[in-house]
Amino acid sequence: MNRFDYIRPASLEEAIAAGSEPGASYLAGGTNLLDLMKVDVARPDKIVDITRVPGLDRIEMQNDGTIRIGAMVRNADLARHPAFAKACPAVAEALLSGASPQLRNAATVGGNLMQQTRCAYFYDPYSACNRRQKGAGCDARGGDTRNHAVLGWSDNCIAIHPSDFCVPLAALDTVVEIEGPEGARETPLTRFYSLPDDTTPGGVDLAPGEMITALRLPRDAASFASHARYLKLRERTSYAFAIVSAAVMLRMQEGVIAEARIALGGVAARPWRSVIAEERLRDGEPDVDLFASAAEAALQGAEPSGANAFKIELAKRLVIRAIERAAEGTPARMPALPASVFASDTGVSAHV
Amino acid sequence: MPLSISLTINGDRHDTLLEDARATLLDVLRERVGLTGTKKGCDRGQCGACTILVDGRRINACLTLAASVDGAAITTIEGLARKGELHPVQAAFIENDGFRCGYCTPGQIMSAVGLIAEGDAGDDPERIREGMSGNICRCAAYPGITQAVLDAQRRLANDERISA
Ligand SMILES: Cc1cc2nc3c(=O)[nH]c(=O)nc-3n(C[C@H](O)[C@H](O)[C@H](O)COP(=O)(O)OP(=O)(O)OC[C@H]3O[C@@H](n4cnc5c(N)ncnc54)[C@H](O)[C@@H]3O)c2cc1C
Ligand code: SF4
Ligand code: FES
Ligand code: FES
Repeated sequence: MNRFDYIRPASLEEAIAAGSEPGASYLAGGTNLLDLMKVDVARPDKIVDITRVPGLDRIEMQNDGTIRIGAMVRNADLARHPAFAKACPAVAEALLSGASPQLRNAATVGGNLMQQTRCAYFYDPYSACNRRQKGAGCDARGGDTRNHAVLGWSDNCIAIHPSDFCVPLAALDTVVEIEGPEGARETPLTRFYSLPDDTTPGGVDLAPGEMITALRLPRDAASFASHARYLKLRERTSYAFAIVSAAVMLRMQEGVIAEARIALGGVAARPWRSVIAEERLRDGEPDVDLFASAAEAALQGAEPSGANAFKIELAKRLVIRAIERAAEGTPARMPALPASVFASDTGVSAHV
Repeated sequence: MPLSISLTINGDRHDTLLEDARATLLDVLRERVGLTGTKKGCDRGQCGACTILVDGRRINACLTLAASVDGAAITTIEGLARKGELHPVQAAFIENDGFRCGYCTPGQIMSAVGLIAEGDAGDDPERIREGMSGNICRCAAYPGITQAVLDAQRRLANDERISA
């Protein structure tokens, strides 16, 4: 780990002034930044600890239905907030399926959005990686690509964004509130991440010194509460990143799908919302052929970026399963294994 | 840049001067304060051996900058027993064979204390396994660990009834 100066600003203004200096990096829970610093992938000269900046740790359930979540709210506290979990059960389920209880106690909302890809070549400073160093090349191509993208990738980068939390958030039209040296602004979460293209490896829409201060869910977010699920396939039952994941939320009216929301995780450099898949479901009655057609639409344009063609079929099947589960209704209680496809009512342990 | 931090560890105040800010809470506990009960497994947030409580919440000490928790109250495995009497979670781990080599055990026990305090698992073994999934046991003592947490939970509930 390189040496750095450590400062703990007392206000947002001080934080942004310090964070705007060259080589500065914001520190929240530290669960991703410290990990990257230990392998010398992140080498900040200055750490600006924003954990105690006042006003960033609130969950506000506003009267008009809007929900505002401060960037410093810990992942576990959001998942366990009774009113929030009731309004957005798929978001709570996604949070509880991520990382471990200890990590969720430390990890923040802002840090979760800003976490880096888990591409093994990104994590290895001796591998060529465009995302770390523009123009260096991409050692993932032709390498171990099991966990890489099947949508929205380019020759410059085939990495995925690993967050679970962001997947249902993208489906719910979440807005990211940003504060920076030039003042405040906001952007939809679906546009916060840019995809790799012919010239760039993709990244986040934050200028130097800019900080995420809050997330805002629009007033209709809770209208999906009774039919909302997040499902996540992983290499082991818990404490593993998604191979593919799917968030599905339905607004049911007299047995008909009045409105649907669908987003995928683990498939692209951003949470992958599919409006075409959502439209396929609109005004339909729950039916497996309809679900299959939505799944086809969600994976439209998917292409393997290496030895990962299996993810396309897997993602389609997961979308079908997630729509089925959402149509059945949100479980009365958070499942014992959040986001798992394994039922735990058989009496046999699903932990494998 | 040297920097001084103050931590209340297992009830005692420790003022520590760090040569620079790179020290993790895990390294400060082990190397500076001399409390080696908290273990270093992976040092990367993947195994749970370094689990401790910060202001009552379980976290991984290896991914926490000591400077960032300046002023906090820390509980480590050394702080659980009272007057030579084991904490109910410690006793339950011994009686239920919740370990083999013991390397993961301080982390498992601290994680169990945190899980019980969170109060979400109840007596459902599946919820306990999920709640303990941040702690890897290379010896695979998992069945004993689950039993120990169930047992500890019962003991703590009884204690509460007695002291209430
Ligand atoms: C073993 C392990 C398993 C994991 N498994 C999962 C999983 O299954 N699913 C999942 O979704 N995640 C998983 N994670 C990742 C975890 O969710 C992230 O590490 C965590 O959310 C990051 O939050 P943090 O507050 O600790 O961020 P930090 O580590 O403090 O920061 C991360 C980055 O975000 C920047 N940053 C932080 N806050 C802000 C802000 N407000 N504005 C601008 N920039 C900011 C920092 O500068 C840094 O670059 C796992 C992590 C580990 C170590
Ligand atoms: S896939 Fe992206 S993150 Fe991974 S090595 Fe290539 S450029 Fe880097
Ligand atoms: S040593 Fe901290 S999680 Fe492994
Ligand atoms: S008892 Fe040996 S690692 Fe758990």
